[in-house]
Amino acid sequence: MSAGEADPRAHYREFGAWLAGQSAESIAAKRAEADLIFHRVGITFAVHGDDQGTERLIPFDVIPRIIPVAEWRRIEAGLRQRVQALNLFLHDIYHEQSIVNAGVLPPEHVFCNEQYRPEMQGVDVPAGIYAHITGVDLIRAQDGSFQVLEDNLRVPSGVSYMLEDRNMMMRLFPELFARNKVAPVAHYPDLLLENLRAVAPEGVTDPTVVVLTPGMYNSAYFEHAFLAQQMGVELVEGKDLFVEDEQIFMRTTHGPRRVDVIYRRVDDGFLDPLAFHPSSQLGAPGLLAVYRAGRVALANAIGTGVADDKSVYPFVPEMIRFYLDEEPLLANVPTWQCRRPDHLSHVLAHLPELVVKEVHGAGGYGMLIGPAATRSELEEFRRRLRARPSNYIAQPTIALSTCPTFVDAGIAPRHIDLRPFVLSGKEISIVPGGLTRVALREGSLVVNSSQGGGTKDTWVLE
Amino acid sequence: MLSRTADHLFWLARYTERAENTARMLDVNLQASLLPNFAASAELLWRGALGISELQEQFDERYDAVTQANVIRFLTVDSSNRSSIAACLYAARENARAVRGALTTEVWETINATWLELRTKLRDRLPERDPLEFSEWVKHRSHLFRGVIIGTMLKDEGWHFARLGTFLERADNTARILDVRYHALAEQGSPRPPAGPGEQRVDFHHWAAVLRSVSAFEVYRRVYSDVITPARVAELLVLRPDMPRSLLHCVNEVVSNLAQVRNRHSGETERRAGALQADLHYGRIEDVLRSGLHVYLTTFLDRINDVGNRISTDFLVPLSAA
Repeated sequence: MSAGEADPRAHYREFGAWLAGQSAESIAAKRAEADLIFHRVGITFAVHGDDQGTERLIPFDVIPRIIPVAEWRRIEAGLRQRVQALNLFLHDIYHEQSIVNAGVLPPEHVFCNEQYRPEMQGVDVPAGIYAHITGVDLIRAQDGSFQVLEDNLRVPSGVSYMLEDRNMMMRLFPELFARNKVAPVAHYPDLLLENLRAVAPEGVTDPTVVVLTPGMYNSAYFEHAFLAQQMGVELVEGKDLFVEDEQIFMRTTHGPRRVDVIYRRVDDGFLDPLAFHPSSQLGAPGLLAVYRAGRVALANAIGTGVADDKSVYPFVPEMIRFYLDEEPLLANVPTWQCRRPDHLSHVLAHLPELVVKEVHGAGGYGMLIGPAATRSELEEFRRRLRARPSNYIAQPTIALSTCPTFVDAGIAPRHIDLRPFVLSGKEISIVPGGLTRVALREGSLVVNSSQGGGTKDTWVLE
Repeated sequence: MLSRTADHLFWLARYTERAENTARMLDVNLQASLLPNFAASAELLWRGALGISELQEQFDERYDAVTQANVIRFLTVDSSNRSSIAACLYAARENARAVRGALTTEVWETINATWLELRTKLRDRLPERDPLEFSEWVKHRSHLFRGVIIGTMLKDEGWHFARLGTFLERADNTARILDVRYHALAEQGSPRPPAGPGEQRVDFHHWAAVLRSVSAFEVYRRVYSDVITPARVAELLVLRPDMPRSLLHCVNEVVSNLAQVRNRHSGETERRAGALQADLHYGRIEDVLRSGLHVYLTTFLDRINDVGNRISTDFLVPLSAA
């Protein structure tokens, strides 16, 4: 937020003045109250391998992250454009594959990708929408512009924290909302339900929508339950569902009831043991066949992962040009594709400054962080890059922007990112802002909750 | 409503009620332990407490002596005992967590707060230090749980299944508390209460403790305005429809809630619950006592548990599959 110590950015001025007028004790008391309420409400995530039900809070910071409305409008337009293109891309590669045929995207990026689902080839999904819910991770680059770090098109999570963080801020500091025009976000579950109902199979007038969860031991279980409750729909597990007469049903106290739309928070590979992992108990046997016959809608569709893969990510700006004939409004983080000789030679020459990632890797495995690497690690990666250049991409070491945050020593800058949630149905809708994640350790760039990340309320301010 | 959701609501209520009644059972014995000649019969009383819950064998596997401290530990904090108060409150919360979308925020927060407070109390070793205070706390949390269900939840199917869980469990538990006397004496090898003058006094204190443990001491005085006799205590806790913890009252609630959730499989279950209700409704205490209270209560437990199992099969997740 601070351009210089003495000159907070204009949109933080009002909040800064208010904060300066608060005593340290009153803020400390509010922070303790927030912890207590989160514990009581049970907004926690499960810790694996502890059957005594130990649950951790995701740390919540009371200083909001503020985005002026004019800037938000630019972000929003960029998100609409990007998600529209990604949905067109998914429809295309599971049908005509014109983007591959036109030579814009190398075919191996799609067809040798394990996230590509051949079962979906030629399947028509309602309204041609594949990614109904998209979480786009944005960072603010050094020049002040927002850039896309990652598109999450499978089962993006975190929206419940966006909603609960806002509830918490309104409970703790109602006076702030009287003084500032903060764009509301509480209508998200309504929008979500409207979108889910809109993609019901043809001919169904009053669709039955459910949320499918892997169960209460999943780390995002709180969110699944929360969204089902907020939408007023059933929260089901795989064992509640069964297939009969090419329809999918849930077991109820009055016998079977047909299900039309499944907001599934279970990964592709676990949805149907007959089609994917045979040992999965998280899905329903025969679900894929019902889905392919168009008798149930899944949100998101099966096979969306091929569009958020690191090897496809560098091509999203090209997709926008190809499908929409527009220039991208949101840039990617600069990315070198090592499969291209000119990019490879740049990467080899600047290795100590770069982050190198495997194209299909996830979770930080097989990654090189140049500035932190030893001489021998760099040598090892040079060798690997030359041996299999197409397996790698490289990006500059990203300097995430910072936001003032409460830490043990008082208020200090900490790195943040932003995940807005984009809903695609008959039209695209986005509630203003999104989830701001913050790396609480000094100097850390890791905002993940599993590694000491926290969250903040995000204000789009008029 | 999803069968699994109904099942979790049913067991959520059952476990909470069971925790409350275990606390009540502890109360009976803790109050008896304050009597002057208690020391001699202490072991018998505590054995009786284990016997009525059918936990004697499990207890003997884990402890070498039936002492007050051991039994209290076993019934309150021992997580290897699935009926201990701590295990019940944990199971209640796990059931609630699995269906928190079907609960109002107030219901969920009440259950979650109970569990969080329980952890503090266990850390402070409250059940060992002051078991009476601990059981008071358990009862209060259970009252709060029922109140917040009645006060905030939509009276839909879920509500009826939660109520079914409460009253099936309570019917079972009241019958067992009434039978505690029999079990204590059976341990002694004497199924019939002795009739010496000293024993009569102990008898009074025992039945007064039973009444207090089900919050019925003052009620008894108001209803009968007379001395406490075993026959009247039994009448109050078996046959009075207006006594909230009596068997008849519990079965009335089971029958009316069952009618609200009726489906095409549940006719036979309704018939059996109705037959049990009719027997209690038209029963006289002389008939109950003729064959002996213990025999009567044993038959009652079989019948009420049969209704409970049938509800699981008709509507919920059958017990064998759970």
